[in-house]
Amino acid sequence: MIIEIGHFALILALLVAAVQSTIPLMGAARREAGMMAVGKTAAITQFVLIALAFATLVHAYVTSDFSVINVVDNSHSDKPLLYKITGVWGNHEGSMVLWVFMLALCGAAVAVFGANLPPPLKARVLAVQGMIGVGFLLFILLTSNPFQRVLPAPADGQGLNPILQDPGLAFHPPFLYLGYVGFSVSFSFAVAALIEGRVDAAWGRWVRPWALFSWCALAIGIAMGSWWAYYTLGWGGWWYWDPVENASFMPWLVGTALIHSAIVVEKRDALKSWTILLAILTFSLSLVGTFLVRSGVLTSVHAFAVDPARGTFILLLLLVVIGGSLTLYAWRAPALKAGGLFAPISREGALVLNNLLLTTGAATVFVGTLYPLFLDAVGGPKLSVGFPFFNRSFVPLMVPMLIAVAVGPLMAWKRGDLGGAMQRLWAALVVVIIGVVGALVVTEGSYVLALLGIGLAAWVAIAALLEWTERVRLFRTTLADSLRRALHLPRSAYGMTIAHIGLAITVAGISASAFETERIEIVAPGHDIAIGGYVLRLNGVGKVQGANFTADDAKIVVTHDGKDVGEMHPERRFFPLQQQTTSETAIRTNFFSDLYVALGDPDGRGGWTLRVYLKPLVPWIWLGAVIMAGGGIVSLSDRRWRVGAATRAKGAHALGIAPGE
Amino acid sequence: MRRLLYLLPLALFLVIAGYFAATLRSGRDPQALPSAMIDKPMPAIDLAALDNGARVTSSSFAGQVVLINFFASWCVPCREEQPLLLRLKTENTVPVIGIAYKDKPQDTQRFLTQLGDPFQRIGLDQEGQLALNFGVYGVPETYVIGKDGRIRYRQISVITPEIWEETILPLIKKLAAS
Amino acid sequence: MKRLLLALMMVVAVTGAAAAVEPSERLADPAQEARARAISRILRCLVCQNESIDESGADLAHDIRVLLRQRIAAGDTDAQAIQYIVDRYGQFVLLKPPVEPATYALWFAPLVLLVIGGGAIAIRLRSRRAQPESMTPLSQDERERLAVLLKDGDAS
Repeated sequence: MIIEIGHFALILALLVAAVQSTIPLMGAARREAGMMAVGKTAAITQFVLIALAFATLVHAYVTSDFSVINVVDNSHSDKPLLYKITGVWGNHEGSMVLWVFMLALCGAAVAVFGANLPPPLKARVLAVQGMIGVGFLLFILLTSNPFQRVLPAPADGQGLNPILQDPGLAFHPPFLYLGYVGFSVSFSFAVAALIEGRVDAAWGRWVRPWALFSWCALAIGIAMGSWWAYYTLGWGGWWYWDPVENASFMPWLVGTALIHSAIVVEKRDALKSWTILLAILTFSLSLVGTFLVRSGVLTSVHAFAVDPARGTFILLLLLVVIGGSLTLYAWRAPALKAGGLFAPISREGALVLNNLLLTTGAATVFVGTLYPLFLDAVGGPKLSVGFPFFNRSFVPLMVPMLIAVAVGPLMAWKRGDLGGAMQRLWAALVVVIIGVVGALVVTEGSYVLALLGIGLAAWVAIAALLEWTERVRLFRTTLADSLRRALHLPRSAYGMTIAHIGLAITVAGISASAFETERIEIVAPGHDIAIGGYVLRLNGVGKVQGANFTADDAKIVVTHDGKDVGEMHPERRFFPLQQQTTSETAIRTNFFSDLYVALGDPDGRGGWTLRVYLKPLVPWIWLGAVIMAGGGIVSLSDRRWRVGAATRAKGAHALGIAPGE
Repeated sequence: MRRLLYLLPLALFLVIAGYFAATLRSGRDPQALPSAMIDKPMPAIDLAALDNGARVTSSSFAGQVVLINFFASWCVPCREEQPLLLRLKTENTVPVIGIAYKDKPQDTQRFLTQLGDPFQRIGLDQEGQLALNFGVYGVPETYVIGKDGRIRYRQISVITPEIWEETILPLIKKLAAS
Repeated sequence: MKRLLLALMMVVAVTGAAAAVEPSERLADPAQEARARAISRILRCLVCQNESIDESGADLAHDIRVLLRQRIAAGDTDAQAIQYIVDRYGQFVLLKPPVEPATYALWFAPLVLLVIGGGAIAIRLRSRRAQPESMTPLSQDERERLAVLLKDGDAS
């Protein structure tokens, strides 16, 4: 009975979404406050209904209601509670419900927190959110219904793929989806602006926090996915450039361009039609990211989402959402007048360069991901596009990008002074170059690229700190004055500094992968394996009984230069239900390097294969991503987004053209 | 001119969407991989036989159209394929050479006792060496060999009745007639 | 997670725990082993998503690692050993697509896109810089263009 309530709530939500997508739009056109106000009520109602549907599905999983097909296929009564809950979105249907739940959450957030938006803009934004909701609720109800019953109910379920029985599943997809879906709000703002024919600095100010929020969530989602792969695959790989990963990386890249170009809209009233296009593209790529992997276009129809009807529906949906918004763009964007002028060498110029490189990077990933399919479709040879392609194409694009990150913030708006900016960076550059050359001499010329990468990262970090000292005029005025300035610096300025340092940390972590060392040996209990000053002694391998698995648990005592460091317990888990073995690696980190141990197969004579890796700076990859997202959150807390957002930025001369009015 | 620039994103999107639509409608599996061995001579076979008799060699069936079927007792989908292969034997359509892939002989024997033996001969490829020479991905996998000893078709995974009727049977008839 | 999914679909025995190169596979000669390692990093595990055979725990990846080492031990050069595997499994096995006419569009896409994008920006900036720079929001010139655009908008 409860499950039918959930199903019914979802159908009601569809009806409410249909109302939300029409009435406020008509209200905005006729300037009728009552009709526009429907948007807020509908958005909140839709959220409550979808939350109810989601809760009933979670309930079915928690109580192991095996009369529901979705639960039978993806759960088992023996599963620990955490994985019963996360199992809800460990499959196609359930993850779609989570997706629309977050969509409705964002819509409701706009409705509740958007009190200072002009009513017509708010009504139109909510209407567009409603339209997206209609599309995806229809998709769920028609092709991917998680509430289907099965009679008679089987005694138990088939369980969840053991690889997914990991805390990673609790965080990675929700953050990823929050990022994807959050960009729907900037998309809705873009479409609403195109309908109104009006983009001004205030619009930039409203859109940026949403884009920033989604960008943070997506950054964390991607980083978690990468970290999950790192600790679960048993040898420490963290990025494969596979279509699933690329699909989440593309919207992040374009989203990064968006949060930067939105600054230009807000501060300088320029790059308006470009920013609108970026907002549309970011969400479009999010949709592609969510659905391309399930549509049967990329993967075989045998995978994740089986039904070809789903593929067709997804394509139609993409056609309506992306095609529709781009048509609107082609029609209305030419009427948006470009605003503030700027010289090529200026803060704007640096941000344009950043946008060019980021979008080219995203396009490169797009081409690399789809090229094998394209070639196949035109009858060409079957080939793979793997990491060597991306290392040779994407990575070089990021080098000038990082230089722009270092130099750009030191340049003035409108017309900058490259010489002046570089003057402040020369000393740092010289120090970094000496460091890199020194390291090259010490390592006898190996690791050239890795050292250059680390050097560049160091320079970017120093530049970010220098920029901050400039702002507070450190050492140029009294310390007290600097302190006062530091306290009054806007949070968004701190956000930028933090995020850029985070980026530098990630780049350093990625570059340092080259320094990794490994030992893969068969070790008998009582014997040692040594790596980079660490000595690991295998004391023995015992059996451990888990809730739904049995495990071989290795007890390894680690010493460093004779000093006791602690114990490590890598495991091999066997899940009898699925007849599958997974690896639980053991990782010791001191934030400067990871000692990584995976337990392999027994050799039958008492020995065990141990894979031991020492990975310098690897934790920085995710640490940097978290710091980047942290910078975004600090920026989000800037007070100008909380108070008086409706008052326009100083000096912004909005030029609205509204042929529709 | 300026307007055209604004139409560019839409145009690009429509091209990509059209391509996706074509891929979806064609109904083909984008991850299906054609064998690199098509139209090349079949790798030489020289394997111990399951029945401990004469070795299974490619020369013993030279000049005929045959199917080479890689299977294993531990492979669940292989069971699905068995009825179709048995029918080929009873109806004498085409000889099928079975290659037991990475399987213990006693397990293979039990598998065949249980489900029936559709094969003319069964070679043991316990190390999977022959499979590598054929470019095998997994089991079941079936190769159609022409009279000239060249590989003409490769079926990854189970031969469904549709694939048999629409693709493999016509090909075998054609190869036999040539 | 999906890279393993495909493997499962195809009933290739995948043991999640047995990842990457095994000690028992190694060649005795360290120089040969180093060559084999380097090659196996750029050969694709055919039943995985963009994983190399060096990284993969799939059975087929293990078999190809062993095959590769047999070829190297038999005296093949790197190119010969790679070709031996390409002959059996096709170009698909190479993680780095070859640079040839069929892949020019792939390899040169980033550069072409960058040049087009950069060129478009340069033209835009130059044409706008030619106008008198002023702080006033609308110059006479802009006003006229605005009027034209507005008319355009109404007509469409």
